[in-house]
Amino acid sequence: MYAYNDFDEAFVRTRVAQFRGQVERRIDGSLTEDEFKPLRLMNGLYLQLHAYMLRVAVPYGTLNPAQMRQLAYIADRWDKGYGHFTTRQNIQYNWPKLDDVPDMLEALADVEMHALQTSGNTIRNVTADHFAGASADEIEDPRPVAELLRQWSTDHPEFQFLPRKFKIAVSGAKHDRAVTKAHDIGVRMVHNDAGEAGYEIIVGGGLGRTPMVGKVLRAFLPREELLAYCEAIVSVYNLLGRRDNKYKARIKITVHENGLEKMQELVEARFAEIRKGFTGFDQELLQQIERAFAAPAFVSKSTASFEAARLANPAFRSWADTNLAAHKAPGYAIVSISIKKHGQTPGDATSDQMRVMADLAEKYGHSELRISHEQNVILPHVHQADLPAVYAALRAADLATANIGLVSDIIACPGMDYCALATARSIPVAQEIATRFDELKIEHEIGELKIKISGCINACGHHHVGHIGILGLDRAGVENYQITLGGDGTETTTIGTRAGPGFSADDIVPAIERLVTGYLDLRQDAGETFLQAYRRLGMEPFKAILYPAEDKANAA
Amino acid sequence: MPRNFTPKVITANALIAGDAVWFTADNTWSPRISEAELITDEAHADLRLLEAQAHQHEIAGAYLADAKEGANGPEPTHFREAFRTRGPSNYAHGKQVEL
Ligand code: SF4
Repeated sequence: MYAYNDFDEAFVRTRVAQFRGQVERRIDGSLTEDEFKPLRLMNGLYLQLHAYMLRVAVPYGTLNPAQMRQLAYIADRWDKGYGHFTTRQNIQYNWPKLDDVPDMLEALADVEMHALQTSGNTIRNVTADHFAGASADEIEDPRPVAELLRQWSTDHPEFQFLPRKFKIAVSGAKHDRAVTKAHDIGVRMVHNDAGEAGYEIIVGGGLGRTPMVGKVLRAFLPREELLAYCEAIVSVYNLLGRRDNKYKARIKITVHENGLEKMQELVEARFAEIRKGFTGFDQELLQQIERAFAAPAFVSKSTASFEAARLANPAFRSWADTNLAAHKAPGYAIVSISIKKHGQTPGDATSDQMRVMADLAEKYGHSELRISHEQNVILPHVHQADLPAVYAALRAADLATANIGLVSDIIACPGMDYCALATARSIPVAQEIATRFDELKIEHEIGELKIKISGCINACGHHHVGHIGILGLDRAGVENYQITLGGDGTETTTIGTRAGPGFSADDIVPAIERLVTGYLDLRQDAGETFLQAYRRLGMEPFKAILYPAEDKANAA
Repeated sequence: MPRNFTPKVITANALIAGDAVWFTADNTWSPRISEAELITDEAHADLRLLEAQAHQHEIAGAYLADAKEGANGPEPTHFREAFRTRGPSNYAHGKQVEL
């Protein structure tokens, strides 16, 4: 893992000290809220419905055990004993007090963490594949590049006042687990025809009010050109992006309004201008960073205990079949820890659970943890021989839910239970759907199904790319939930299509139940997933299931 | 024709704790909406909002929110404002347990 050098350390400490002074001046009345707000946002501090909210960056979702333990300590000492993992691989605290926040930031700095650029119109926390460095289908670990981009974008003087926020995601594998096509810039590692590794650069993707699938700006970019090229993109956007209208300010609109070709021309021109300024230091730095991300020393030992446990314990087998993914090292597995126990708040972990996960990472996981954008925690490197012990410890901590990728593994944003921008709640809908399908005991039969819920059009819950997306709205002062179908957030990114009129808070869970049980009747066989069935059959049969009364009315 | 003015309360977040507070008739901030001043006149509302916003050292982000007269004082009319009087629905946190 990357470790701070003296520069990083001094920079983060200075920013904490500056913010401490700003908070003091706000409290003693020297700063008004209007003056203070941009300062607190630069440090990840929001003011929400019931309290402040501190959003802490987890760069590319990677944590070590000491950091996870510190997150638990912060939750206990200054919050309510839990944290919320988000779709940007960050963690949010929902109850900090303004005068405690500088101490919280200091505590973060103690473990090389911060809350910088987790808000505001800057380049945000760079996200990456949560299976980075571990997955069997990987070309290269994307984290060194993500770290390079993080260093470049942190406090970049040209990019502190962009037209709007700017999000970058990096994937190093064939299978896109980083939703790169729904980011302002998506970086995908690819090979060209000559077999050289480089990047496919995707631009102008995004969800929110105007969802758009990112477009390929450059099909193959040599590795050493990455920073200069990204700088060219953001630089062009900084000038061209619209500052007159917040809803048209993201780069997706810039690309849409100007066309991909114009963007290509401008970016290439700017790139030609600035590339000589990149004299190779970035590549030296990248090499240092790469060394920090060297693969752990994988061991080889017998996997007999794993096989024996699978045969002996059906609960373990179910968990192993659902929550493990293929690892590149022989004998190893990637463990996804579900933070989605049925009926719980998606993405919320208690401080005790954080400590258990930190201990497991230390004891069995080469001291690595990841946060996934699907709001789960990953132990990327666990030897199969250790899985029974890991499972037992997870079970004791209420963390052994076997539902990764299933109907109850729901992404849900905080919605109107916390978020000041929300138009409806999302957490209770997620809780009720998960509880209902647990009662029905059919989620393993249903198979892969991604439900994603957002509490407003900003789409933090990625509802547009959910196989089933749910968007909470305020319709004449009442919560109302719109369903979209057929969304996909992988390398075949697709924006879901709205199924029809929305449902009330009372009707949304029965509607989802109808939809999913209806799919079981529609699918060709147990191997056809919900998304595949939808792609084969189109909207109509699903619509008929969702709106049965309307069907009759039309027939009459 | 001017649209009808619906009754309002002034609400904000407390500066340090960040929780929801309401502006009372005696210029204090209460954690209970029932103690808020219910404002029925538009000109008075604008004036009171200015006065409320001057309390920068106690609150942040004051605004006017729709409310109605209830048995024990003002009550919210919109679900968002109702949530602010209670706290989140997923945990027993916030005003539902603190007041
Ligand atoms: S989608 Fe809307 S409600 Fe949900 S967290 Fe984002 S801004 Fe808040």
